[in-house]
Amino acid sequence: MGGEVSLFPVAFWFLALLTMVSAGGVAFSSNIVYSAFSLMGTLMGAAGLFVLLAADFVAVVQVLIYVGGVLVLTLFAVMLTHRVGDVQISNRSVGTLPSLLMIGAVAAVMIRAIFWANWPVKEPGDPLPTVKAIGNAFLTEYVLPFELASLVLLAVLIGAVVLSRKELGGER
Amino acid sequence: MMEIGLPHFLLVSVVVFVLGLYCVLTRRNAIGILMGVELVLNAANINYIAFARYSSANYDGQIFAIFVIMLAAAEAAIGLAIVLGIYQTFHTIDVDATDTLRG
Repeated sequence: MGGEVSLFPVAFWFLALLTMVSAGGVAFSSNIVYSAFSLMGTLMGAAGLFVLLAADFVAVVQVLIYVGGVLVLTLFAVMLTHRVGDVQISNRSVGTLPSLLMIGAVAAVMIRAIFWANWPVKEPGDPLPTVKAIGNAFLTEYVLPFELASLVLLAVLIGAVVLSRKELGGER
Repeated sequence: MMEIGLPHFLLVSVVVFVLGLYCVLTRRNAIGILMGVELVLNAANINYIAFARYSSANYDGQIFAIFVIMLAAAEAAIGLAIVLGIYQTFHTIDVDATDTLRG
């Protein structure tokens, strides 16, 4: 297990930096297109962190749904609504300084909580494949939320079609 | 350097959460706000998975993370459909411009 131990921190710091720097790009970039592309770095970095945390199935779901679905959808919306001509003179609704103070306070409270709280930490075992266990849990213990999720997705499907379709003349 | 453990992942999560909050607070572009929400949800997911790995014996955290991803996808689909509808009506997606319902 010697090689694994020495590689783990390198992988962690690489993925953590990728995640945090891209999140900073999402938050601070003044161009919404760059923000959308930065979001991809954050999502991929988070997927990598999931792999490090022995959550292989969730990492694959993250890549498939977030990077493959949500991000492409976001980019479509950005391209459909972004006019090249409109220079974003002011992108601020609250103001930079109050927002920075606010998130600084939130971060301070959370970081204090991280280091002061007594988390019930146990020694993580060897990473095991999780797909079978998750599938079993979905169809036994979590079968009601699972079915509700399908209802939600059906509602979303219909809702998105209704919201984005063109109103035909004289229909109303 | 100390060994990578639960606090490291929680710190990454805090940074992502705070940046998402900043995004939501300062953006006037509706899509930018939605991207901030995605960041916040991702931070929550990192927390779920980290705790599932370091302080739980089962996969409940991972299952919750999958539900969060599913709901985030639903939120993005509906949210972006609404944004496109707003764009068709107002010809802008500046959230400050869409105050027709303000009393």
